[in-house]
Amino acid sequence: MLTFILRRFGSSFLVLLGASVLLYVLTINSGDPLADLRESNAENREYLMQQRSDFMNLGMPWYQRYWTWLTGVGKCFIGQCDLGTNRQGQQVVDLLGLAAASTLRLVLLSTVLAMVFGIIIGILTAIRQYSGMDYAVTFLTFLFFSLPVFWAAVLLKEYLAIGFNDWIADPGFTWPAAIVMGLLLGLVLQAVLAGSAKRRLFTFLGAFVFTVLAIPYLDWLNFARYPQLGPLVIALVGAAVAVGATVLGAGLRNRRVLYAGLVTAALGVVSYYATYTLLWDPNWLILLVLAAVLVVVAVAVGRLMGGYSKGAATIVSLTTAVIMGLLIITEHVFRSWPGYLQIVGRPIATIGSQTPNFSGTFWEDFLDKGTQLMLPTILLALVSVATYSRYTRASMLEVSQQDYIRTARAKGLGERQVILKHAFRNSLIPITTIMAFDFAALIGGAVITEQVFGWKGMGDLFRVGLMNVDPAPVMAFFLVTGTAAVLFNLLADILYAILDPRIRV
Amino acid sequence: MDENMNRGVTVQQAAAGPSRQVAAGPSRQAIDMADLAEVEDARLRQKTGKSYSQGQLVLRRFRNHQAAMVSAVFLVLIFILAFSSIGWAGIPGWWDKSYLTSSSVVDGGAPTLSLVPQWLGGEGIRWGEHPFGQDNTGKDYFALVMRGTQQSLIIALVVGLVSTVIGATIGAIAGYFRGWVDSLLMRLTDLIIVIPLLVLAAVLGRMTASLNAGIIPLALVLGLVTWTSLARLVRGEVLSLREKEFVAAAVAMGAHPARVIGRHLLPNTVGVIVVNATFAIASAILLETSLSFLGFGVRAPESSLGLLISEYQNAFTTRPWLFWWPGMLILAIALSVNFLGDGLRDAFDPRQGARTARRRRRFGTFGISGREKALDAATAGTTATATDGPAESPRDDETPFTGPADPLGPGR
Repeated sequence: MLTFILRRFGSSFLVLLGASVLLYVLTINSGDPLADLRESNAENREYLMQQRSDFMNLGMPWYQRYWTWLTGVGKCFIGQCDLGTNRQGQQVVDLLGLAAASTLRLVLLSTVLAMVFGIIIGILTAIRQYSGMDYAVTFLTFLFFSLPVFWAAVLLKEYLAIGFNDWIADPGFTWPAAIVMGLLLGLVLQAVLAGSAKRRLFTFLGAFVFTVLAIPYLDWLNFARYPQLGPLVIALVGAAVAVGATVLGAGLRNRRVLYAGLVTAALGVVSYYATYTLLWDPNWLILLVLAAVLVVVAVAVGRLMGGYSKGAATIVSLTTAVIMGLLIITEHVFRSWPGYLQIVGRPIATIGSQTPNFSGTFWEDFLDKGTQLMLPTILLALVSVATYSRYTRASMLEVSQQDYIRTARAKGLGERQVILKHAFRNSLIPITTIMAFDFAALIGGAVITEQVFGWKGMGDLFRVGLMNVDPAPVMAFFLVTGTAAVLFNLLADILYAILDPRIRV
Repeated sequence: MDENMNRGVTVQQAAAGPSRQVAAGPSRQAIDMADLAEVEDARLRQKTGKSYSQGQLVLRRFRNHQAAMVSAVFLVLIFILAFSSIGWAGIPGWWDKSYLTSSSVVDGGAPTLSLVPQWLGGEGIRWGEHPFGQDNTGKDYFALVMRGTQQSLIIALVVGLVSTVIGATIGAIAGYFRGWVDSLLMRLTDLIIVIPLLVLAAVLGRMTASLNAGIIPLALVLGLVTWTSLARLVRGEVLSLREKEFVAAAVAMGAHPARVIGRHLLPNTVGVIVVNATFAIASAILLETSLSFLGFGVRAPESSLGLLISEYQNAFTTRPWLFWWPGMLILAIALSVNFLGDGLRDAFDPRQGARTARRRRRFGTFGISGREKALDAATAGTTATATDGPAESPRDDETPFTGPADPLGPGR
């Protein structure tokens, strides 16, 4: 294994080196770096040209320029990175740091969301293969594959952002809107839950009646402007999550697991009161410490109460705890929403990564960054959800054909155990590879999305660099993405070998 | 003829037999016998009393794929519309306005196309002077959009051709010769893969833009960067094919490597090649529009769908038609090509999609084709567990992405 890794490292290194030469030569030959100055009428034109030429080493032949860049990169190994200067003379290392931070913020959330939802949708469509839902999802996947991102972005801006901002000024649903929403929710739910015709009908009616009654009630509460959950809703949702997680993870008959989940939910409600003042205006450190405490407590509850099914109990109580934590955060965010609306007025921004000169409490700041993230996150997640659901579906179907699945059914295991324990876990093996790649692509950012939404991230660094025939930013971009791709590729191979002993070398 | 009939009957008996076991899961034999393609072929043979070549069978399966057929017709219509309307390469079309000449802006450039007939309260079905409206300088937007569509279609054809030829050649040579040739070619492939596709395409696109030679150089360049996944797939196929007896026989008879590759290996990978080429085309169309949107592809005064969107994205609130038409056309073309690829994949390897069998079963439930029920029952066992399989399976040799969308690609 070690020789395999070392050999891979060696060849990857050579590939990276070759690719960097290729990209460098192509970039510096892609246009005239002085084009704008040649047409300029500035008096100090000659001086400006000379200055830019110095910053970009235009006086040297290409191999010398490349060599200068390469030795600068080589210094990274001794901790003094020098990625050259862009044409204004700024150090690219500094630009890169800012760009990478901004990009990670942009892409991380959407990638994680896409993974979770994509895998869930993939499993559902695989279980209900050839159902109406499967066809609908397949069609939607193809649609999202074929969607030009820049075009969809403008649509989102227009209908989601501007539409929502207009609506939030005077929120409220008319009766027809409530009925249509009820119908839609009913249709989706009955397709997802499926079952016999009778069960489908009850699901549909239940969802429809609930929505049609709930929407006017929320309107009456003016929920859109003054949202709140309240301890009762938190407790109910927490208990529901505990029960749901138990159903999926161990089966309701396993009382130990169920009680562990319920105890965690109860502890969550207690901590809601206990941390209320602490979370009034916290900082990231407090949140981090609380998150750590949450994990420790959840694991402890699971292990202490689980008995013979410690593992399942730990997972269930951890899931419950995470959801409880998110609910508590949601409650505080909701609490800050009216104040935030008063400051900003039109909450969902269509451009930029934060409202300029914004100052408020921690939660208001959080809301501000969150609403700015919303549109690009939705857009990026839609595209990736399509990929993930497709791969998960294919992988699940392939696994469910295997002999061991038939064996599991034959020995009388329930459908839950067959799907989640035997099929799903094995179908995740190939998906880890894609996940590794997606994380590698993460750092490269999203060139088009960043341009449409005006983010100053990695993609923007590259785009502006290429626009100006400026090799330093372009190469910095490539250095990061290329290295990430190589490293994560290797990681994927190692993960694969660990997860699937059959292919071990 | 006689023999064919007999074979058909045997298959039917064998298929009808295991159908009783379906409830308990089909036996090994049932799976073997009810292998979808074979059963379908046997059934066809039995029904018509004729033998079909592999190509005819594939074509037949493809024709049965509704989504793909609709897409194909749709694509042909778009193709005819785009090339016949404003003409191409000096040949005039039936549309009298050019995408290069400006005129005065009539009625704020609003579109004159109307599809609502008068008796429904609309303005009647008419085409009008400027069906898609006019742009800022009074150019006819229909002509501009048609020109952009032409560009996208040309890109599709050229990229499909170039990337297929390069990818198939490199993959076949690497797979056939193995050893250092393989290592060298595969490292070359890696070298191109490690640079993000959009980045490489943007750099090359910017270079071609300064040539001012229109769309063809851009298309060639896009073909030069999109062949990598095909090369890996073909290499994988060839690596397994070259161990087969017919290749050994050809080599033993003294066939030149070029003949073995061209005559024996590549024809056997045609399924992979055709399917992959289709998906490469779909992503190339999106790639070109993305590049033009970013300003690294087609430039004004030439027209491209991506360029049009980029120019008028801020006009959405006031003049939405400037924005809707190019976007819908990109979506329509890319979607059709993707569905076409899906149909081809099902046609070349029916076990992956099994759509034909599925449709048959559905008709069966409505009593439309009850007489094939015995066979359907046999195929149902495998259909229910059939998979979308290898072409979409995430891991194929060393190739991580083989599906229609490449997560690192132009998608974002």
